[in-house]
Amino acid sequence: MTAVQAVAALVFIGIMAYGLFGGADFGSGLWDLTAGDARRGGPLRSLIDHSIGPVWEANHVWLIFVLVFLWTGFPRAFGAIVTTLTVPLAAAAVGITLRGSSFAFRKVTGSLAEARIFGAVFALSSVITPFFLGAVAGAVASGRVPAAGQGDVWRSWTGPSSFLGGILAVGTCAYLAGVFLVSDAHRTAEVELVELLRRRVMRVGALTGVMAFGGIFVLRHDAPTLFDGLVGRGLVFIVASALGGVVSLYALWTRRFPWARLAAAAAVASVLAGWGAAQYPWILVDELSLTAGAGADATIRALLEVGIAAIIIVVPSLVWLYHLVDSPPSTAHHA
Amino acid sequence: MILLAVRHAAGVPPGLAPARQQMAVSLGWHIVLACFGVAFPSMIWVMHRRGVRHNDSVALVLAQRWAKVAAVLFAVGAVSGTVLSFEMGLLWPGLMTRFGDVLGLPFAIEGIAFFVEAIFLGIYLFGWNRLEPRIHVRTLLPVMAAGVAGAFCVVSVNAWMNAPSGFTLAANGSVRNVRPFAVMFNRVALLQFLHMWIGAFMLVGFVVAAVYATGMLRGRRDEYHRIGFLIPFAFASVAALVQPFVGHVTGARLATEQPSKLAAIELNTESRARAPLIIGGVLINAKVRGGFEIPLLGSVVATNSLNGSVPGLNEFAPKDRPRASVVHLAFQTMVGIGTSLAAFAFLFWVAKRKGIDVLARRWVLRAAVLAGPAAVIALEAGWITTELGRQPWIVYRVMRVPEAASDSSGLWVSYSLVLVLYSAMTVIAVRILLSMARRWRAGVDLDLPTPYGPGN
Repeated sequence: MTAVQAVAALVFIGIMAYGLFGGADFGSGLWDLTAGDARRGGPLRSLIDHSIGPVWEANHVWLIFVLVFLWTGFPRAFGAIVTTLTVPLAAAAVGITLRGSSFAFRKVTGSLAEARIFGAVFALSSVITPFFLGAVAGAVASGRVPAAGQGDVWRSWTGPSSFLGGILAVGTCAYLAGVFLVSDAHRTAEVELVELLRRRVMRVGALTGVMAFGGIFVLRHDAPTLFDGLVGRGLVFIVASALGGVVSLYALWTRRFPWARLAAAAAVASVLAGWGAAQYPWILVDELSLTAGAGADATIRALLEVGIAAIIIVVPSLVWLYHLVDSPPSTAHHA
Repeated sequence: MILLAVRHAAGVPPGLAPARQQMAVSLGWHIVLACFGVAFPSMIWVMHRRGVRHNDSVALVLAQRWAKVAAVLFAVGAVSGTVLSFEMGLLWPGLMTRFGDVLGLPFAIEGIAFFVEAIFLGIYLFGWNRLEPRIHVRTLLPVMAAGVAGAFCVVSVNAWMNAPSGFTLAANGSVRNVRPFAVMFNRVALLQFLHMWIGAFMLVGFVVAAVYATGMLRGRRDEYHRIGFLIPFAFASVAALVQPFVGHVTGARLATEQPSKLAAIELNTESRARAPLIIGGVLINAKVRGGFEIPLLGSVVATNSLNGSVPGLNEFAPKDRPRASVVHLAFQTMVGIGTSLAAFAFLFWVAKRKGIDVLARRWVLRAAVLAGPAAVIALEAGWITTELGRQPWIVYRVMRVPEAASDSSGLWVSYSLVLVLYSAMTVIAVRILLSMARRWRAGVDLDLPTPYGPGN
């Protein structure tokens, strides 16, 4: 593996981590949106607050990680993406701003009326943002970003692949979040909430799975290079993802929630890994290869070192954070 | 529209004007929150440690409340920081395409720092009543360390734009021989970082102290307000007293690193030895109007010598000059406020040491209230000085701002959106923080009983 490939792998690891953790965060917005009125939706919204409150900021750093590694490692690709996909990227940035700030505000605001407004903004922007990010992925993967940049600012991201990318992103985020929330509710023994969510989550999962596999045929016409990669080098990941999806649905059906969580995460991670494998060796499909798009050698090497350092420092810290949030509150250390 | 058309004809990208405005608004906004990210955890740490060590319940309450305030500020800081990383590409694609691999490494390291900050802040905020107190306090240490590292990394990129190094340009303009660590540790990175880092402590310290000074003016004279004022004010005081020296050393480097910025700061139209210091004043038709001159002092502050030669704007072609009047006034605003804050802090502690009950004097408290916004203005003015003073370059003497800017006139839309969004976030954040303070005073629990939903 060359240093350039390794840096590209790091970018994709970042995308997978963002897809999983950021995705579960975003997806909780859909559940928040559909939780019902203030009284009926109260328990679910409290659960969402508890589940993502302490971790959402850390989860979103993965996006910054991806952006920074992309512009440092592959500046030409980054430049081409930002000058072509300006609209969906700007929309995603606005969505991230709205959702992050309104989530924080909702928690500490003084009145229920305001909390409702913030809640609605948080929930809506949580659904919209992954759509635009998915559309960006679809545009890159279907070869709509020219290597020189300055591509069509509208048509580049409104093709079938972008639409597919967008709805798949929303669907997978919702499914992941749903599985995580059910399993959190199960652990805190909120039986009613578990039963309320379980079936809905299964439906969202099944629907997303169908869209994902139906989507492959959209790609066959709209993104032939990616399609060839998906049924070639990426096939193993696609099969793994399908298996993961089926196992997670079965685990939900039989109420084996920890397994459902693991399998759903594996399904989403595999689909993203499959995308990465399928578009190799392109950084911009059909337009710019990894090697042609890579930055200076010295920077790539330094970036690799930084990436490894990042994993060594960040992963154990994240594990502690998630462990802490997962463990039951103790009253032993009241301040 | 006519203006735009003319500019476009002159080879200026239509995205330039909105890109500039949008960057100014979003960075000018984020910089205040970034200061809180850098400096506030240290103040919370001191307060929390005092609470744990001396079993001081007032300090513990303050630490816990500050932590809740930090949670709100960091959340909006995190999103405005994310917006900036989008903006680097969306607004300045020319810079990023050409120099992304040159200036990117510090950003990558800053990414790690931001990770550590977000993770440990999450742990700290969640850790109240869950972690053993001594361990809990220590979870702030990685947040503080990440604040230092992150600030260094971000400022080092800005320093590199002022003093580009770590690459060579081939005859055809292509970037060669990139040395990313030489970029990161460029000639002015350390000084510029120190100046910013100390500035962050001044801003946060004076702003937080101003909140409690307001409380005392309204008759809330208790231990809670006393230490809520004194601890951040002590941080700010140390910073304010050190800052003039760091600032002076940083400025003294300009004669060699960025003479055009120095000429603008001094409003020096012609290069000369024994230059006067011009207080106030603007440039009208290349002549200084309305300034007040102090003989020789201009050379002294810029070069540490009476005979030192100060570069003048005449050394630079008109198209290579920054907008001197704005740079000059912004710089003097910063120095004027900074010096006053240092003097105020110095006198405050001297009087306190002499046994004078300074907090009982209303004018002292009023001055302390003013010091908060003044510190914010000084920081923004300093930022305006360094940014506008570098113009017309985005990378000094290597790349002009129009070469870096986006071609998209759609940026007027995104700029308007940023303006609306950031104004709304400011109003809401301030209102919510005030409402939190009100509820704390009333002894009401912050958590709403049954939360929120659309519908109904």
